[in-house]
This record gives sequence, C-alpha cells and structure tokens, in this order.
Amino acid sequence: MAKYIARRVFYMFITLFLIATATFFLMKTLPGSPIASASKLTPDQLAVVEAKYGLNEPLPVQYGKYMLNLAQGDLGNSFQFKGASVTDLIINRLGPSFLLGAQGMILGVLIGIVLGMIAALRQNTIWDYGSTLIAIIGISIPSFVFATTLQYWFGVQLGWFPVALWKDGWMSSVLPSIALAMGPLAIASRFIRTEMIEVLSSDYITLARSKGASGFEVAFKHAFRNALIPLVTVLGPVAAGLLTGSLVIEQIFAIPGIGEQFVKAIMINDYSIIMGTTLFFSVFLIFIILVVDVLYGVIDPRIRLSGGNS
Amino acid sequence: MKKSKLVWLLSLMLVLSVFLAACGKDEPAAPAKETDTEETTDGEGTETETEEEPAEGALDAEQILNLNHVAEIPSLDSSIVEDQVGFDMLGNVNEGLMRLDQENVPVPAMAAEEPTISEDGLTYTFKLRDAKWSDGSPVTANDFEYAWKRAIDPATGSPYGPYMMAGVIKNATAIGEKKAEVADLGVKALDEKTLEVTLERPVPYFISLMSFGTFFPLKEEFVKAQGDKYATNSETVLYNGPFIMTDWDGTGLTWKLKKNEQYWDAETVKLTQINFDVVKEVATAVNLYTTGEKDRTGLSGEYAMQYANDENLLKELEPTIFYFKYNQERNGEKTALANKNIREALAKAFNKDDLASVVLANGSLPANYLVPKEFTFTAEGADFREVNGDLATYNVEEAKAAWDKGLSELGVTELTLEILGGDSDLSKKMDEYFKSQLETNLEGLTITLKEVPFNVRLELDEAQDYDIQVSGWGPDYQDPMTFVDLFVTGSSHNLMSYSNPEFDKLIESAKGELALDAEGRWNAMAQAEKILLADDYAIAPIYQRGTMALVQPYVKGIVSHPFGGDYSYKWAYISGKE
Repeated sequence: MAKYIARRVFYMFITLFLIATATFFLMKTLPGSPIASASKLTPDQLAVVEAKYGLNEPLPVQYGKYMLNLAQGDLGNSFQFKGASVTDLIINRLGPSFLLGAQGMILGVLIGIVLGMIAALRQNTIWDYGSTLIAIIGISIPSFVFATTLQYWFGVQLGWFPVALWKDGWMSSVLPSIALAMGPLAIASRFIRTEMIEVLSSDYITLARSKGASGFEVAFKHAFRNALIPLVTVLGPVAAGLLTGSLVIEQIFAIPGIGEQFVKAIMINDYSIIMGTTLFFSVFLIFIILVVDVLYGVIDPRIRLSGGNS
Repeated sequence: MKKSKLVWLLSLMLVLSVFLAACGKDEPAAPAKETDTEETTDGEGTETETEEEPAEGALDAEQILNLNHVAEIPSLDSSIVEDQVGFDMLGNVNEGLMRLDQENVPVPAMAAEEPTISEDGLTYTFKLRDAKWSDGSPVTANDFEYAWKRAIDPATGSPYGPYMMAGVIKNATAIGEKKAEVADLGVKALDEKTLEVTLERPVPYFISLMSFGTFFPLKEEFVKAQGDKYATNSETVLYNGPFIMTDWDGTGLTWKLKKNEQYWDAETVKLTQINFDVVKEVATAVNLYTTGEKDRTGLSGEYAMQYANDENLLKELEPTIFYFKYNQERNGEKTALANKNIREALAKAFNKDDLASVVLANGSLPANYLVPKEFTFTAEGADFREVNGDLATYNVEEAKAAWDKGLSELGVTELTLEILGGDSDLSKKMDEYFKSQLETNLEGLTITLKEVPFNVRLELDEAQDYDIQVSGWGPDYQDPMTFVDLFVTGSSHNLMSYSNPEFDKLIESAKGELALDAEGRWNAMAQAEKILLADDYAIAPIYQRGTMALVQPYVKGIVSHPFGGDYSYKWAYISGKE
C-alpha cells in the first residue's frame, strides 16, 4: 500500500510538471496584457511597466524563472492585486469555497442516495418518478437560476437567511450550499438508482433473499454497498470541482471564494493566478482520485490496489 | 469494472460542464478608462445636485453609510493604482494639492491657497497648509516631491505616472526615454511647506490634475519602511484624506472607511463610517438594497428598465463617449472607409435617439459630439457644447445622398463592412440595431458583426484589423483636450489612419502658442472637433453614457466627479433614516 501510494505521488509530480508547462505556454498565447491600462500607454511607457514585472524577457527565460520559483514553492505575486502573493490569495479565499463545497456535497449526496434508493426499491411507482423528476430538475436548472430563486424567496421575501455577503457566520453559507447541492444530488440519485436496480436483480441477492435475509438487510448490506463503487468514482472529480469554488454561486451570494478567480484571472491575463489556480486544482484533483482509489478497497475488499508489478 | 471507462468519461464531462457553465457568465472588469460598451454596473449611485449645508438638527445620530462596489481594490498605492475602484477609494482616504469640490471645481486641499503661476505659465508654486498624516506627522512638500519622483521612476513600474506626467511635468518624457535622471523631474520642495513645479509647456488644466490620485503625496520614510508591503492592506498605508481605511486585507471583498480625525477639514466630514462590500451581480445588489442592507445600488440592463419610474431613481450623465471608429487602412490597403462620403453616410444613417432611449434605456444620451456634455466649462460657466452645438446628426436623406455619391466614387454598387464590438449583452443588442438601421437606410450595404472579448478587441485595434469599431473613451483630466488629442496623426489611439494636417495644426496651437489664451484655445479645440466630426467624418459619435442608481432618500450629499475618483463622501451625511 505504502509503495503504491509512493509511486502514485511520484507520477503526480510528473503530471503536475506537464500541466504547469502546458498551461504556462498556452496562457502566454492569450491576447491582452496583465497591465490593466496597457491600452492607454505608449509602447515606450508600456515597455517600462512590463520590464518591472519581467514580461519583456524571452518566453523560455520567463518559463525557467517561474519553474525555479515553483520548485521552491513560490507561486509569485498576483497582477490584479498588487503585491499580494498568490499562495496567500488562494489560502485566504479557499476557506469559504471549501465550506460551501463540502456542505453542498454532503447535503446533495445524502439526499441523492436516499432518493436513489427509494426509486430503486419502489421501481416504476410514483416514488420512482418523483425522485427521477427531482434529479432531472437538479441537473437541468442552471445553478444561477436556482441560486437567484433561493436568494429571492428565502432571503428577500421570507428573510430566513442573509440575502448575500459573508458576514453572518454559518447562516451565510446555508443558501449557497443548498444551491450547490443540486448537482451532486442529481448525480448521486441517478447512479444509486441504476446500480441498485442492477444489483437487486443479480443472483446473489436472490440467494440472500432465499436464505431469509430481511428486505432491509438486503437493501443496505448487499445492494447499497455494491452500488457505492461507481458513485464514489464519479463523485471524486465532482468533489474537486465543488470544493474549489463556483464562480456563479460565489458571484450571486457575494462570497469571497476562489471559484471566481479560475475564470477572472484568464479574462484579465493575471498570469500568476492562472498558474496558481490551475496547479492548485490539479493537485486537488489528483489527490482526490488517489483517495477514491483507496476508498475502493475499503468499500469492496476484493479490489486490490497493488496493480501491475508488485 | 466494465463500466469504469464510461464512468470516467461521464465524470470528466461533469467537471467540464462546471467550467463551461462558468465561462459563459463572466465579463472582464473594464479597465478604468478605455471603455467597453458594457453597461456600468456601478455599485454606486450618484447625486450631482449639491446640497445645502445641513442644519445640525437634520443629521441623524448614526452617520453610517452602507455601499457596494463592483470590484475589489487592486492596490491603494497611488503610484500603482490604475483602476476605477482604486482611484475612487484613494480620493476619499488621501488628498492632493487640490480637491474637486461639490461643483467639480478644483479648490485648495493640501495646498493652503491657489498656487502662484509664473508669467510664462511654466512654474507653479504651491504653499502647503498645516495638514497631518493619520500618524500625526505633518504633510510636507517633500512628500509630494518624493511621490511624483517615485511615480516616474521606471523601477516603480507605475502605469499612470508616465501617462499623466509625460509632456506636462518637465523632463517626465525624457526620463521615460532614459535621456534624463529621475532627479531631474520638474518638482522641488523649496522648504518644508513650499512646492515648486516646473512644466514642460503651459498646461491650462494643470490645477485640475492636482486632484488626481497619481499626484497625491507619499511619506517617504513610511513608504520605504514598508517596502514591498506598502499599501497592500489597510494597515500599511498612511492617510491624509477625509477618511481612513480599515479591515481591508488586500484581496478581500469587504472594507470600511472611517472618519479621519487628523484631517484638516474634519469638521466638514459628517459620516463616521462607510461599510463597503463588493457585489458583482446586479440582481444581488438590488436585493441587498431592497432589504435595506445597502443604501445605494447601481442598475443596469433589465433592472434599469424595471426601476425606470422608481421614486428613488437617480440618473446621471457620465463624461464618457462612444463612437464609431472608421478604419481607413486595413492590411496595408485602403478600405472603403477612406472615402469621406461613405463615412458621412454611415454617420448619419442610424437613429441615435431611439438607440439611447429604447435600446440602451439606461439614462444614456444620443451624442452628436465628441466632447461630452456637462464636462468642461468656460470661466463664465458656459458648457463647451454651447460653443460647438450638434455635429453629424441623424439624417437619412443626407445619408442616402452621400452613400450614392460614395459608391459611385468607389465604382461599386455594393459594400460589405464589418462592425467590431464587445461581447456583452448590451454590445450585442446595440450591434444588431446598427446592422438593421444601416442596412435598411443604405442600399447595397451588408454589415457583418464581429463580437469579441475586450482583450481580443484591443489586439485587433492595435493591429488595425477591423472596418468599423464601437469604441469608448472617458476623460483623464478636465479639458476637451483629453478627447480631441486622441485623433492627431500618429497618436497611439488613432489606430485608423486618419490624418488631417489642419486638425493637427489646431491641436498643436491649442497646446502651444494658444496655451495662455483661454478663449483662442477653446475655439481652436472647437474648430478641431468640427473638422473631425462634420467635415471629415473621421469618427461618428453614438452616445454619451448615463448611469442609473437607486439611492435611499436619507442618503444626502454624495458628490460625483468626472475624472479620477468617481465619488467623494466628504460632504455626505444621513438625514431622516430614523
């Protein structure tokens, strides 16, 4: 196991190196400049400002310098927030995003599993259709519509929760978390339903039933556990996406999260933030995939992680 | 695990869809001045009328204002700031030699009185008042000398330093070209309280520049002690303005302004605190306003229409102009737009009134001019617009006549032209309108639309790779020159191969020999505007941007400014909230 994880971590560094290199050169082909007032300056004036940030150097030199700093764990300074280090920015803004993502994820998955199980155990009844409907709504209504609706009814009209802003502690996180939960809810309920129906019709379930196991025991101990494996596989990357923030939700609820920077940095050519957020997301995703692989073994002991040559 | 591939594909698609969904929403924050056609969604409303000094009894006991802003503060370093929010905040927490008052007239601020100006208009001597920094130390002439030299020093990497000083302050241009030392900049502290400024040439609007953030003082000792950390959060800045900033961590979405007790005119400042939050979504800002958490909100798009008749609606005209830029030379070849009659026809063939009132519907005005309304005034108070009146107005008959003439001069019967515009909803709506108007009124014309993100548009502009572009400009100082100067031959903004020696000469004379002759200079610029718009049809003005905001009736005395920081809260107060 330790050997397996060590090897995975080694591959992770190679992957990260490739991602960093590709992102670096791709982003340099973006039109525009990180200097916001570039269009007003004469070419000479612009050259002076660019020299200050090392943007006048040949691309390979810039790349070399960046990678050297990166190797020492230095992600550089942001262009949009003058003098602010990218590492600090990511750390400061990750908290709210992570909290919302985690709450949304847990809420969505739990409700989704319940709905999926109800649907599978009551296949082709009104329960099944109801839960399917909820799942379809969850996946097809854009999150900004859902978020705006929640904000309007529960914030403005009923006044149960803050309309927006990150000021009222946990209460501020409720509406955005619910809005985020819709995605994982839909995914979880669909996967659980499909898998459970398949498992429930397999031979060993019939055997379990014939041995006199109760319906409850069959559903939870046998069918549900087996249905979890594909769900865990899908939810890994979904979790990575959710925990690193959502542009739409963060904008609507005016939350100081990191999600917005994934898009904004690209639009305004904030090179160091583009690199920072991309690498951060990559590390996170690779890590989650590793966790998912380890979880397979926990859920189903028949799956071994040793792989190929050990 | 047969399904694993499918499952992976599915999960990949889900992750991707998260990003794709996100991509559709965002728009870049437009740089401070080169303006995109986007609606301004200022989290701020405006109040232009100047209030009478309130009777003390009219003031509420609690003087706290709650506001939104549309973006974060990138920096509070006056040498580095280059954006709208930064300049806006800077103008409230710091102060230059002059400050724009409630009528937008520059009045002495850190200066004790109007400066003495030498006969040749080249040397300004400012006497400083006894003012203090927020740490209690005095504001000295050296603070100005240091700040200005820091802003022009290439090592600082200031964008606005060279931009504002080149051609104005002596040797600023030469320092940029490495032909002079930073120490040679025409600014000198004669003693503790006297500052002498030497100009490159007489600049009639120089006094108004002194209210611009780049020219604010910096305490050398403090800035050097902070080093790279200077002005990266609210603790690492010294303040000398009406307010000090607190609770700003440098990248956050929230901060506060508190009354600066050390401010020389603290008596005038009524507000004790302003709470700012960054709210980027208009719908959210409106909801926060509705529930009373915020006292003011900017409106745009459908919200502008929805609240058009609200009793708390405030409309304001910005000095920002949008116009068609006609490219006369593309890929080294003359375009059809090199023909003056074609340009004239296009300028007159679309109904600007309908555009402003129906398509934009956000308080914008149809523009038949380049220098905006309610922006610059003579000493007697006459608007520059009264001198020149309307130029290039909508007139289908004249447009058709010019069009036919132009086509026959070119020897063609049909033309296809491309309009390059922004990719915001509003830009797209506007482009559709142009296409339908122009194609209907000008027979044989086909318009193709190219709608791209702001950065791409700048790149196409730079490469002069477009036919017609919808372009915008807001002023950097309070003088018609900030607009007419854009179109002289070889200007870095004249990326359309327009050149008229007569126009150039008028601008040159307004900058040179007429600099000290207010009326002659004014007339030269008016004449130049006329040549540009009504003789050459080099550009075609479209509209002057307006903004709409909802403001709670108890918020009084917020003053809006035409350049530099957008708003002053120095005179604002709360009355009647309780």
